[in-house]
Formats: sequence, C-alpha cells, structure tokens
Amino acid sequence: MLKDITIGQHYPTGSFLHKLDPRTKILTTFAIIAALFIGMNFLSYTILGGFIFICIYLSKIPMKFIIKGIKPLRIIIMITFLINIFMTPGNIIWGYGRLNITREGLYQGSFMAVRLIFLVMGTSLLTLTTTPIALTDGIERLLKPFKKIGVPAHELAMMMTIALRFIPTLLEETDKIMKAQIARGADFESGNIINRAKGLVPLLVPLFISAFRRADELAMAMEARCYRGGDLRTRMKQLSMSSKDFVSILIVGLLLATIISIRIMT
Amino acid sequence: MSIKIENLTYIYNPKSPFESKALDHVSIEIKQGEFIGLIGHTGSGKSTLTQHLNGLLKPTSGKIYINNLDITDKNVKMPEIRKKVGLVFQYPEHQLFEETVYKDIAFGPINLGLSESEVENRVKEAMGLVKLPYEELKDRSPFELSGGQRRRVAIAGVLAMKPEVLILDEPTAGLDPKSRDEILQQIKHLHEQMGSTVILVSHSMEDIAKLVGRIIVMHKGSVAITGTARETFRQVEKLESIGLGIPQISYVMKKLKEIDPSFNDDIFTVEEAKDEIMKWIRRRKNA
Repeated sequence: MLKDITIGQHYPTGSFLHKLDPRTKILTTFAIIAALFIGMNFLSYTILGGFIFICIYLSKIPMKFIIKGIKPLRIIIMITFLINIFMTPGNIIWGYGRLNITREGLYQGSFMAVRLIFLVMGTSLLTLTTTPIALTDGIERLLKPFKKIGVPAHELAMMMTIALRFIPTLLEETDKIMKAQIARGADFESGNIINRAKGLVPLLVPLFISAFRRADELAMAMEARCYRGGDLRTRMKQLSMSSKDFVSILIVGLLLATIISIRIMT
Repeated sequence: MSIKIENLTYIYNPKSPFESKALDHVSIEIKQGEFIGLIGHTGSGKSTLTQHLNGLLKPTSGKIYINNLDITDKNVKMPEIRKKVGLVFQYPEHQLFEETVYKDIAFGPINLGLSESEVENRVKEAMGLVKLPYEELKDRSPFELSGGQRRRVAIAGVLAMKPEVLILDEPTAGLDPKSRDEILQQIKHLHEQMGSTVILVSHSMEDIAKLVGRIIVMHKGSVAITGTARETFRQVEKLESIGLGIPQISYVMKKLKEIDPSFNDDIFTVEEAKDEIMKWIRRRKNA
C-alpha cells in the first residue's frame, strides 16, 4: 500500500530528460506550472497537454507508472471537480433542489481537474527523471544568488537532501514495524476512525523513536566528519549546462510566451 | 503443528523496474516439534519466507499448509494463523511502544481477545520464560531497560500469545555474548519444555550447530541444502561457494587432522571438539 506513492520517486531510464541539468528541469517545471495557471482555455491546455505527453514519451517512463502517481489524488480531483460544477453561477443545465449544475461550472470543473492532473504529471516527471541528490544540488545552485539576502541556500538543500534520503528508509521502517505489530495481532485496517487512530499508536511511537535515533546518529556521524555548513565546501560533481539544456529552456520559454500571448489576445 | 510449503514463489514489485524474485519454487516440510535452523546470505529469501508463514506476505504462487490448513486461501482468518505462528522480527526491541513492560507484553494477548486475568497469567508466564523478574520490571518503562532486557521484553510479547510455531529472525543480532547465550539458552529451553516448533534464522553457524535439529540453507530464493547439522556442515565446499561457512571449531579440527590424520574432523561444536582432543591426548599417553 505504501509503495503506490510515486511522487518523489526516481525512475532511471537514462533518457534525454534524465540527462538534462537539474537546474534546467527545475526551471522548466516552474515555467510549465506557471503556464498551467496563466492559460485556462482549450487551446492553451491542448498545447500544454501535448507538451507534457511528449515529455513523458521522451522520458521513456511507462505511462502506467505516471498514472499510478495520480491515483492517490483521485479523491481530491473528484472533490474539486464536483465543487466547481455545483458552485459556479451561470446557465443552469440540470438542477435538483438547490443543487444546480451550470454550463460554466462544468467548464470550470473540467479545467480544474485537468489542471490538477497536469500539475501532478509535470512535477512527478521532474522527480522521476532526477535523482534526489541532483535535485537538491540544482536547488542549492538556483538559490545561491539569494544568499546575499540571507537565504541559507546550502542548509536548505542539505535539509532537503536528508529528508529525501530518509523517505525510503522510513517507509521501510514503517513497513517493518507495521508487520511486527500485525504479527502481534494489531489491526490497522478495520474499525471506526477513533479506533483506527488509536491503533496507530503502536506504529507511530516506535517510528518516532527510531526517527529521532537516526537523526541523532546522523548528526553525530556528520560532525565526526567535520561537517560545518556550506562555507568553503567544494563538490565532487560540478553541475554544468550544455547546449541541450539551453535548447530545452528556449523551447519551454517559447511555450510560456505562447501561452501568455494567447491569454492576452483572448 | 506441522508446516508444509509447496512450490512457493514470491516476487517483489512485480511488473516494475525494481522487480525481483525473492523466493523461487521453494518446497519445505517441517514436522511438529522440530527445531529448524534457517541460514543463508543476506537477500537469500530467509525473511521473506518467514513472513509468509504467518500470512504477512501472500505468495505470488504456491501453497502453504499449517496443520493441513491452507493459509494462502482467501477465506482463512488471519488472526487464527497469527495465534498459531509467532514471529519475532529482527531487532524486535524496535517495536516496543507502551509505557510499561506489562502493557507491552500484554498487547498481543489483548489483541487475541483474552480476559484480563488470562492476560495477566500470560504476561507473568512469558516474562518467566525469558527470565525477566515480573514484580520488579512490570511497571518500568521498556525504554529504560538495557538492550538485552528490551529484546527479551519484545520476545516475551510474542511468547505471551502462546504460538505453537515460533519463528525468530536473528534473535541475538547486536547483543553482547552474555545476553546472546542467555537468549539462546531460553529458546532451547522453550523448545524442550513446550515442545513447540521453532525456526531460528541466524548467521552464526556456531549457534545453529549447538541448537538446532535440522538446517535449511537458502540461496538466491531457493533451498540449497537441507539436513541435520552434521549432514549440512559436511558440505563445506558448497556452503563456502554460497558465501557461508561452517563453525570455526570445525575449521580448527580440519587443521588438526592435517597434522595428525587420526583426528576426527566431523565435529561442529566446541564441546565435541573438547572431547575429541581429550581422547587424542589419552591415546597419545597410552601409546
């Protein structure tokens, strides 16, 4: 059950997208997110959807895997859709009591749902094609200019690296403790909400204890290797932009410009 | 409580790039009251196998019968199986969560739906089995105990459910020699007294040689060797080729045999070795 979460997972295929500089991928993902919020009409979404699907194709990641990442969000997408179709005022096309579906609502709701799906697809494509380490390296480099105004770029990146690094560890740990408690007759799946919440105690207490213990050990191990923040630290792998990065940024830049001009013209 | 495993196959993450076959057509039969040693390299499928035995994992294909009851069947009630098969995980002290030792050990019995007085009896009994003083420790927090004591509390938590089959996954990993010997002694005692079937997963050939009646060696998801300790440890080459070995004392005896061929090198415990060396000394004196 825990293994269904694909957001934040890395899926190695060695494709063109995987080889791009993480900075390129972060910037272009932000551009796509911006574009999804700027353009909200049929033409823009067709262009953006097409672009996202081309990217998925280029990444060589099976479509099934991407769809699996949307699955956990299906309830949120459904709720968004339903609220929009019922709550938007406009031309009523179907009604029952005080519940009215409007043409505008249907339109709005569909766009919201599609927007959410595209957002998840776009961002999961970023994490699926980029290793967590590369991703945080990219973020650190992108935040570097803001260091002058007091943004602790390196520390933030290090925190993210550690957090990402421990996601699989903690998932594994959760799985193990869960199994151990199930073997002792614990039940995590049935009963009402209160009982289920109570049932989580045997899982959460050991999990927190182990998380704190790990944090403590890691801090100790880092200090033992003289870690003292980002000053004067050099890197083994230097990030470098190549021509394919510039081309990719150019293409996405043009895409964003197109979406903006469609918005202005209509 | 007999266990019969037929053609058990288990695949982790099927149909993804991380797919891996953890068990490959494993067939094993374990009789009531046997003491089994399960050995194998990391990733050989030992843990996956033990988790199948109490229904934590569902086989990709194959059948598992416990006392002729097919536990891979969908209609089988899992609590029934868990009552019968107790599983002590690696580093079991990591699952402790209650405020007091008593409450933690009582967790399993309470989940079985037993009465309060029965739960109390079981906790007392389980603590007795692992040699923890009941009155002294029952109201202490498990987190202020020593490592060895914590491990025993965790084992008691499983014993209190009175399983007929007890599976222990490396119960002595990370313990000091004294705690290790104590825990192994208690496991042995448990097997002898209660007559329960015990499966001990271990990396230590010495512990295995000392305790178990039969050994199952796993390699790459399949059973590589099965037989008594003597039969298994005779296959030195095969064991070494899969990254395992035989007890260190057996290597010592093999060296001695090289020096004097009259030595018997078919020896797997320190006690046996002692007898053999004493015999050899006597022979020398008489000669």
